[in-house]
Amino acid sequence: MRIVVTVKYVPDATGDRHFADDLTVDRDDVDGLLSELDEYAVEQALQISENSDDDVEITVLTVGPEDAKDALRKALSMGADKAIHVEDDDLNGTDALGTSLVLAKAVEKAGYDLVISGMASTDGTMGVVPALLAERLGVPQVTLLSEVWVEDGTVTGRRDGDAASEQLEASLPAVMSVTDQSGEARYPSFKGIMAAKKKPVESWDLSDLDIEADQVGLEGAWTKVDSAAERPARTAGTIVKDEGEGGKQLAAFLAERKFV
Amino acid sequence: MAEVLVYVDHVDGAVRKSTLELLTLARRIGEPVAVALGNGAADTAATLAEHGAVKVLTHEAAEYADYLVVPKVDALQAAVEAVSPAAVLVPSSAEGKEVAARLALRIGSGITTDAVDLEVGDEGPVATQSVFAASFTTKSRVSKGTPVITVKPNSAAVEAAPAAGAVEALAVTFSVQATGTKVTARTPRESTGRPELTEAAIVVSGGRGVNGAENFAIIEALADSLGAAVGASRAAVDAGWYPHTSQIGQTGKSVSPQLYIASGISGAIQHRAGMQTSKTIVAINKDAEAPIFDLVDYGVVGDLFDVVPQLTEEIKTRKG
Ligand SMILES: Cc1cc2nc3c(=O)[nH]c(=O)nc-3n(C[C@H](O)[C@H](O)[C@H](O)COP(=O)(O)OP(=O)(O)OC[C@H]3O[C@@H](n4cnc5c(N)ncnc54)[C@H](O)[C@@H]3O)c2cc1C
Ligand SMILES: Nc1ncnc2c1ncn2[C@@H]1O[C@H](COP(=O)(O)O)[C@@H](O)[C@H]1O
Repeated sequence: MRIVVTVKYVPDATGDRHFADDLTVDRDDVDGLLSELDEYAVEQALQISENSDDDVEITVLTVGPEDAKDALRKALSMGADKAIHVEDDDLNGTDALGTSLVLAKAVEKAGYDLVISGMASTDGTMGVVPALLAERLGVPQVTLLSEVWVEDGTVTGRRDGDAASEQLEASLPAVMSVTDQSGEARYPSFKGIMAAKKKPVESWDLSDLDIEADQVGLEGAWTKVDSAAERPARTAGTIVKDEGEGGKQLAAFLAERKFV
Repeated sequence: MAEVLVYVDHVDGAVRKSTLELLTLARRIGEPVAVALGNGAADTAATLAEHGAVKVLTHEAAEYADYLVVPKVDALQAAVEAVSPAAVLVPSSAEGKEVAARLALRIGSGITTDAVDLEVGDEGPVATQSVFAASFTTKSRVSKGTPVITVKPNSAAVEAAPAAGAVEALAVTFSVQATGTKVTARTPRESTGRPELTEAAIVVSGGRGVNGAENFAIIEALADSLGAAVGASRAAVDAGWYPHTSQIGQTGKSVSPQLYIASGISGAIQHRAGMQTSKTIVAINKDAEAPIFDLVDYGVVGDLFDVVPQLTEEIKTRKG
């Protein structure tokens, strides 16, 4: 079975994230890393492989700038077998629809039985790429799973929705996404880190995928960001130390604001 | 006047509040035409009419419940083709975003997710979004096709605006993909008897500081004194003290109530991502350095086991 895990290289959420002049996410001034939510996808791929009687080959795939190789390395050191890096200057500013196009072409070129994505990227947080990928590939989407089983060409899993918890089932090939409830991701071992250095990383650009420059990037984006403004800092609030009356003082504040 | 499609989130005919908010926003852009699918679809019409729907397109079929996402995309696509709307608005739930994204791709349109406001612009609707854990506010618009926009709960007021709300059957042909992912079982979430987290005007939440499942009774008592929903930080959820459905933050629910009360929560960036747009923020934490205090309108540095019960008692006294 061939599993492709899509992983995104994102600016560190605990850093000072901001926008570049062209209103794309600034990726230069903040350290990047493998999106934590995609570590769960790598983890599930490894577990599926470990629990399978068949040979499973895990490829990690990223679309991103030069530094995105770091994300691939991390995934390889966790235990993935090989990596594909799609990199092209024309990709700067690509929106979710464009990203799904690039991922779909790359996944098809790589060959797959199962694609595993994270629940959302920690920078864009749209949570739509897996659904878009399934739409483009014309295969079932089994998304937002918190528990996963793959057996005999069938994916099953639990999806906890707003109104209900659902049990899903689909045949391979399919696109799956997993939540941060699916099981803690492992830390790379020292051995894993050393082994990762020897694992193959292929680089593809848009021409390798038969994608025209105007289908992606800022040009190809079907959504335009007109402005981005830092949210004004909240006006400093009142902070009191509890000297025995803290609860009552707080109640008085709530009453003043008409909540009581 | 241009028509605007509004996708109706309902459970067996009971319309969720987020949909009524969408109707308010839709009326800024044009005439709302609602699309209600699945069991009870027609029962939604009266409520939708009261809130401004000029038409309610309905389609009932077992596929909507038996298969994931795609049947709904097929139906919305049929509605777009029937109506040629100026925009399509969908509630920003996890499923809503997936439905909206696939629809956008199919109809060759751009998509904006998680809008917190919508206004009319020269070149179509302009969506306000709150990004990077709500530290930035962006304005964006769809530049190709029919704008597909998902809107977060609590982004607009629910307003009565009586309209015809004429029910019309929508003709839907399901695609081959529609039956790709089976829903083999469904366990409805048990009602807590408290308001829905994303819809509540007041949210009271507890974190690692609550220190045990049994202690969440203190948080619940405060919530009940205010008629509030109960939330939790991921640390409290991961510890097994409170269900994941109540988690607030990046990988949980995003809330934007009138009042948010955090007890024993440090205010990590991922938590802030889900609550930073709350109107009034209050925190109780024994560490004066906790980052949550950067956000608060009112903060009490103290032990929540002293402060919260006293607060609850005082609220009850004041309410009489
Ligand atoms: C990819 C990713 C996604 C995440 N998603 C989420 C998410 O959706 N939601 C979320 O909440 N977190 C999320 N997190 C986790 C987040 O980073 C924090 O770890 C988490 O929010 C911490 O929860 P906490 O504030 O309850 O715990 P802590 O950070 O441990 O804070 C506990 C606080 O309680 C105070 N306290 C302790 N005892 C008392 C007492 N008796 N009285 C008063 N105060 C007391 C302490 O001073 C402390 O400030 C995510 C992390 C990652 C990496
Ligand atoms: N540039 C990218 N490269 C690889 N995978 C991506 C990329 N963008 C998004 N994804 C995948 O899609 C998931 C959801 O992303 P999003 O829809 O952007 O929130 C992520 O968790 C990744 O698995």
